[in-house]
Amino acid sequence: MITTPMRRRDALLSLAALAAAPAWLHAAETAPAPGDSVYRLDAQLEDQDGRPFALSSLQGAPLLASMFYTSCDMVCPMIFETVHANLRALPAAQRDAVRILMVSFDPARDTPAVLKKTAQQHHCDSRWRLARCDEGTARKVAAVLGIQYRRLANGDFNHSSTVDVLDAQGRIAARTGKLGEVDPAVVAALRKLAPRAG
Amino acid sequence: MKRLVAVIAFAACAAAQAADYVPLPGGRFESVLPQGAVPTASAPVDMQPFALRATPVTVAEFARFVAAHPEWQRGRAASVLADARYLSKWATPLLPGAAVPASSPVTDVSWFAAGAFCEAEGGRLPTWLEWEYAAAADATRRDARKDPAWQQQILSWYEQPTPATLPAVGGAPNAYGVRDLHGAVWEWVEDFNALFIAGDSRTQGDPDKLKFCGAGALNIIDRDSYAVLMRIALLSSLNGADTTSTLGFRCVRPVPGASS
Repeated sequence: MITTPMRRRDALLSLAALAAAPAWLHAAETAPAPGDSVYRLDAQLEDQDGRPFALSSLQGAPLLASMFYTSCDMVCPMIFETVHANLRALPAAQRDAVRILMVSFDPARDTPAVLKKTAQQHHCDSRWRLARCDEGTARKVAAVLGIQYRRLANGDFNHSSTVDVLDAQGRIAARTGKLGEVDPAVVAALRKLAPRAG
Repeated sequence: MKRLVAVIAFAACAAAQAADYVPLPGGRFESVLPQGAVPTASAPVDMQPFALRATPVTVAEFARFVAAHPEWQRGRAASVLADARYLSKWATPLLPGAAVPASSPVTDVSWFAAGAFCEAEGGRLPTWLEWEYAAAADATRRDARKDPAWQQQILSWYEQPTPATLPAVGGAPNAYGVRDLHGAVWEWVEDFNALFIAGDSRTQGDPDKLKFCGAGALNIIDRDSYAVLMRIALLSSLNGADTTSTLGFRCVRPVPGASS
């Protein structure tokens, strides 16, 4: 299986992360994700810096998750704005504890270099992972996040535009379809999930 | 007669044991769903050749799969990947038992579990287009969809209530040699979450219209294909972890030399 070296590498990476992570992360990363956790999906991704990572490696911090594609000029920029708006509504300490995952529908065109540029354009700092994966994995990620999409003949995509709030174990705590504005339900869920101190 | 039925059942079983895949040639195909950039106009697509399982995956085949892949046994599969109804009629997590005949199509399986089965077999679930392309054929013609008699025959299958115990796989082959596409069970497709339907009057002026990005969702082009439309409606309503007692699957494999 081609996934084996990748898994080994992930294991090494997560060991390194364990050594560096604050104490509250340890328990979450070592405990198996519960049955209703998105992290039970075995999915390998690659981020805007070309780093491979397992979806389950995001365990341990509250997460905002959605999907997009870079050449989308209608709704996708609004998804980034929506995430920023909801994060701004949080106190700074809680804001810093939240991680963001944006998975592309379009792995052929959204190379790491393109994802990097997109991250810069949308002011995404190191809390953000803009990710690509093979098409089969993208379908699975969409299925666990409740997102629907289809590729059109002209290379564009039709897709639903929701942002999920995942708790540290990967359970979906809230979902919003409100674009470009703060959704009080998202902010409330994140306030409950994000650690208050640092 | 009884003996004949038994022989046929055995033959079907043996065929399924070998996981028969039949090759389908590529060709021009007009889906009931628009494939072009204009959602209201039909645009034919060029299908690549592929190999499709001749019959749906059976209970016996799925039992062998969960024996070899314990993470997909009932009670072990994560609820995010298979709901509480997953394989619920089986006597035990490993043994289907007398209530679930071994040569019937397996049902009560989620999209994730179905996809994992196909991957273990070196394939994947068919796309909607691949399924629809294969299902357009009747016994002699590759595309019989315009024939009212064929439409009527399909509808008459769907009009029959689903029996409590599903019949064994191995119905009459279509022009490609594929069986049981209509009648026995519904089937998962790889891109079930691409089949969202909107773009009708209900979404006009809807404050929620930004739910879908792009040129709106699907329109239906051929409104006479009721039976196929029923499938799309069902698939578009499902989540990947959902299971139902009438929803099974089959797999496709790439054919050598074809680009996918």
